[in-house]
Amino acid sequence: MTDSRPPDLECVKLTKRFGAFTAVDDVSFEIPSGSFFSILGPSGCGKTTLMRMIAGFEEPASGDIRIKGKSVIGTPPNRRNVKMVFQHLALFPMMNVAENIAYGLRCRGADKAEITRRVGDVLARIGLPGVETKEIHQLSGGQKQRIAIARCMVLEPDVLLLDEPLGALDLKLRERMKIELKLLQHQFDTTFVYITHDQSEALVMSDRVAVMNAGRFEQVGTPQELYHAPATAFVAGFVGDSNRFAGRAAGDGAVTLETGERITAAPRGGAAATGAAVDVFVRPDAIAARRPAEVADEAFNRIDGVLDSHLFNGAQSRALVRTGDGRMIEVGYPRPGSSENLSPGEAVALTFTAADTLLFPRKG
Amino acid sequence: MVQKEARRLALFLLLAPFAMWILLLIVLPHLGIGYLSIREKIGPRVYEFGPGNYIDFLSEPIYWNTLLRTAWMSVLVTVLTLFIGFPVAYYIAKVARRRSRAGLFLLCLIPLWVSDLVRAFGWIVLLRETGVVSGFLQWAGLVSGPVEFLYNDAAVIIGLIYTVVLFMIVPIASTLDGMDDALIEAGYNLGGSRWTVLRRIVIPYAMPGIVAGCIVVFMLTAGSYLTPILLGGKNSMWFTEQIYDQFITRYNWESGATFGVVLLAFTSAVVWLGLKLSGQNLASTVAKG
Repeated sequence: MTDSRPPDLECVKLTKRFGAFTAVDDVSFEIPSGSFFSILGPSGCGKTTLMRMIAGFEEPASGDIRIKGKSVIGTPPNRRNVKMVFQHLALFPMMNVAENIAYGLRCRGADKAEITRRVGDVLARIGLPGVETKEIHQLSGGQKQRIAIARCMVLEPDVLLLDEPLGALDLKLRERMKIELKLLQHQFDTTFVYITHDQSEALVMSDRVAVMNAGRFEQVGTPQELYHAPATAFVAGFVGDSNRFAGRAAGDGAVTLETGERITAAPRGGAAATGAAVDVFVRPDAIAARRPAEVADEAFNRIDGVLDSHLFNGAQSRALVRTGDGRMIEVGYPRPGSSENLSPGEAVALTFTAADTLLFPRKG
Repeated sequence: MVQKEARRLALFLLLAPFAMWILLLIVLPHLGIGYLSIREKIGPRVYEFGPGNYIDFLSEPIYWNTLLRTAWMSVLVTVLTLFIGFPVAYYIAKVARRRSRAGLFLLCLIPLWVSDLVRAFGWIVLLRETGVVSGFLQWAGLVSGPVEFLYNDAAVIIGLIYTVVLFMIVPIASTLDGMDDALIEAGYNLGGSRWTVLRRIVIPYAMPGIVAGCIVVFMLTAGSYLTPILLGGKNSMWFTEQIYDQFITRYNWESGATFGVVLLAFTSAVVWLGLKLSGQNLASTVAKG
C-alpha cells in the first residue's frame, strides 16, 4: 500500500521549551489522509502544547510541522488550513448559529449567497438543519458540539484539531458523542487529530493513537496494538485497566514477585537482565478466578488469595481478590457466559497465561 | 415563624440605608429642583406656577448654546476617552500577566487619590504661560517666547480625559476579563485577521462594558465643574457654570433649578440616543458591566 500523496500532517523532531521545562520533546509523527488520530496522555504531558503548535498559537523551539507536505513554521494561525475545536468550544456568544458558521467564510471574503448555501449545507450534514437563527445559549451541549465542528468543517480544513471537546459533557452524552464524532469524521473524510486524557475516548474513536508522556510519544499504534501489545510500562499502565506487580527478573521470562510467587511472563521493551527490577502487568480480564481445587493446569501462572468483594458493572464486572500480603488484585469476574458463584471470603486461585503477563524492565 | 420574621427584619435593615440614600439624596432633591423650576417669580414673594423659566432658557441663546457646547464637548471627551481607555483595558485584561494586573489597576487609581482641585492645579502648573511645557519648549528652542496652553477647549478636554479615563478602563477591563481567551484564538484560527478579530469578536464582547463606561464618562464630564472652570477659564464655558451662576451669583434659584432639570433631561436624552444607536439596553449593560 504505497501512497504518493503527502500525509495531511507531519511533525518532525518537534520540541518546545518553557524556560527550563521541556513541554514537547523531540516528537515526530505523520498522519495519513482522512484518518482519526488521537493523542492520549495525562494532563501536563504536553499534548495541548503540541496541538497549539500545530494550530500556530505557539512557535516550536526546533523541528518542523508540515501540512500537506508544506512547512507551516512561521505561518500565522489565521493562514494555516488547520481548524480547531476548542475545549470549551469557544462559540461566539454574540453571534447566532449561522453567523458563527459564516464567520470563517466571511473572513475569506465569500459572497452572501455562497455563505448562505454553505451554512445550510453544513448544518444539514451535521444533522441540524434549520437552526441558523438560534442563539448559542439556546442549544444543548451536544448541539453546541456539532455547531463547533460545523464552524470548522465549513472551511474544508486539511486537518481538524479537537482539544478534549467532550470533557464538559455529562457521561451519557459523552458516550453518544464519541460515536457521533467518529461518524462525522467518516462523513467529512477529513483528518481529525483528537487530544484527550480519556483513554476510552481515544480507543473507541481512533484509527491510530499516540500515547504521550512527559513530552514524548511512548507508542503510536492502533487501539488494539496499544491494548494488547503495549511497548512501554507507561502504556501498559495507562491504556486500559491493569494490575501491576513489582518483582525481579529470574531469566527466560521468569519473574519472582516481591510477594514470593514465581511466574512466567512475555518480555516487552527489551529483555531484562537476571536480578533486575521489573514491572509486570496483567489485565483484569486476562485473569481467571476459581476455587483452588478446580485448578490443576501447571502451565498457568498462579496467585492465591481470598475473594474480598464483587464490583458489579454489567459486562465490565470485577472482583477484588486480597492476596496473602494484603494487596488487592482486580479480576474480571464473573467471566462472560459462565455462572460461577464464588462468595466473598472464599479462597480463590488466580490463573493467567504467560502471554497475558507483560514484563517491562523498571526504569530509573 | 420567628426565623421568617428575623429574615424580613434583616432584609429591611439591609435595604434601609439604600432606600434612605435614594429617597433623601436623590428623589427629594430632584422633586425640590423640579418644583422650583416651574415656579415663576412675579413679584417679591409672589410666585405662580408656569413654564416661564423654561421659556426664558430657550429664548436666551447663550444658555442653550452653552448646553449644546457642553454636550458636544462631553461626547468628544467620551469618544477620546474610549480610544485611550480601550487599549489600556485590553492590555490589563488580556495581555498583562495575571499577577501584574492588580498593580496596573492600582496605577490607574493613583490619580484618584488626589483631589479634583489638586489635579487641576497640577495641569495648571504644566500648561500655564510660565509652566513646565512652555518652559521646556523655550529651552529646546522650539518657540521664541512663552506660550499659554491654558484657557482653551483643548486644555479642558485633556484635563477631563485625565480625570475620567479610569471610569472607562474599569468596566471594559472587567468585561474583557470574563472573556475566554479561546474566543480570540478561535477568531484567528478560523481565518480572521487582527482587525477582524477586534471588530467582530473583541469589541462586540466588550460592548456592555464599553457602553457602561461611556455612560459614566459622559455623565461625569457633562456634570463636571472644577476642571472646566480652572482649565477653561472664561474662554470655555461649561453649562454647570451657568447653573452655579444662577444659584450663587444671581441668587435666581428658579432659573438655576430650571437649568438643572434641563441638563438632566438633555444628558439623559443623549445617553438614550447612544443606547439606541449602539443597539444596547440599560439592563444588559448594567447586568454585565
